[in-house]
Amino acid sequence: MVIAKMKYDAKIIISLKKGMLNPEAAKIQRTLALLDYNVENTGTEDIVKFIIEGSNQELVKKQVDEMCQRLLCNPMIHDYIIKITPKEE
Amino acid sequence: MKVGIIKFPGSNCDQDVFHALELVKAQPEYIWWNKRDLSDFEAIIIPGGFSYGDYLRAGAIAAITPVIDGIKDCVKEKKPVLGICNGAQILAEVGLVPGVFTQNQSAKFICKWTELKINSTRTPFTSMYKKNEIINMPIAHGEGRYYNENLKKLYENDQIILSFALENPNGSMEAITGVCDEEGLVCAVMPHPERASETILGSDDGLKFFSGMVKY
Repeated sequence: MVIAKMKYDAKIIISLKKGMLNPEAAKIQRTLALLDYNVENTGTEDIVKFIIEGSNQELVKKQVDEMCQRLLCNPMIHDYIIKITPKEE
Repeated sequence: MKVGIIKFPGSNCDQDVFHALELVKAQPEYIWWNKRDLSDFEAIIIPGGFSYGDYLRAGAIAAITPVIDGIKDCVKEKKPVLGICNGAQILAEVGLVPGVFTQNQSAKFICKWTELKINSTRTPFTSMYKKNEIINMPIAHGEGRYYNENLKKLYENDQIILSFALENPNGSMEAITGVCDEEGLVCAVMPHPERASETILGSDDGLKFFSGMVKY
């Protein structure tokens, strides 16, 4: 039996772990204040996205998680959220 | 002593390191990132620069190249390995030294001379200094802020080799700017000893990093 492979949209949102200093976000917040926008808890996140083929959503997510551990994130300082959705035709 | 200088696309301190190694009568040779077998070399230096344009994170892409497997073999064979600046970031990404070098507190690239303290003399690269000796070497980095959740272990194992002596320009934890592995043979330093290897450059305080390695 041949298992049909499906295409999925993968999106990884990478952020610094809670409590870690984010110099870029701090600078953005100070600059917004210069424009009289007073905001708090400013953060920045990176997004990596791609199309990936796999036999089911769970296996694809497992594979993307492995990518995060091995390359896309530094688990020492980063948290990440993986979003996998069937690719829209 | 035959010393390999690793080159990645974007390395830019390789020739400076080559010159410093000639000054201490070592035999430097360049090694391209795709070489796997480093058995010919007695020591390895990963120079500074911006390997792979610092994409993703400084050092992240260089960390998975074939030459890194060769460096891991050198570490097993107890050959000295030094990472300078981007080289230090790469060694931290690979996990050969503990912790991480991340974005400077000011979010700015900082290029200046700094006063540094030698914290440990047990590594080949710091063996010719005196403990607590103050030396001058320049830094040039945007991602050099040292971060480590387990500083206690570093102190217990004498793994901190270099720290900022006066100001802490990048906001590193405990002003740490150089660490080594537990053996003390793999060293990662953010300041540039090769840019302080001759008095004509402003200081030759960094030359002993290389002469110490040759003597080892």
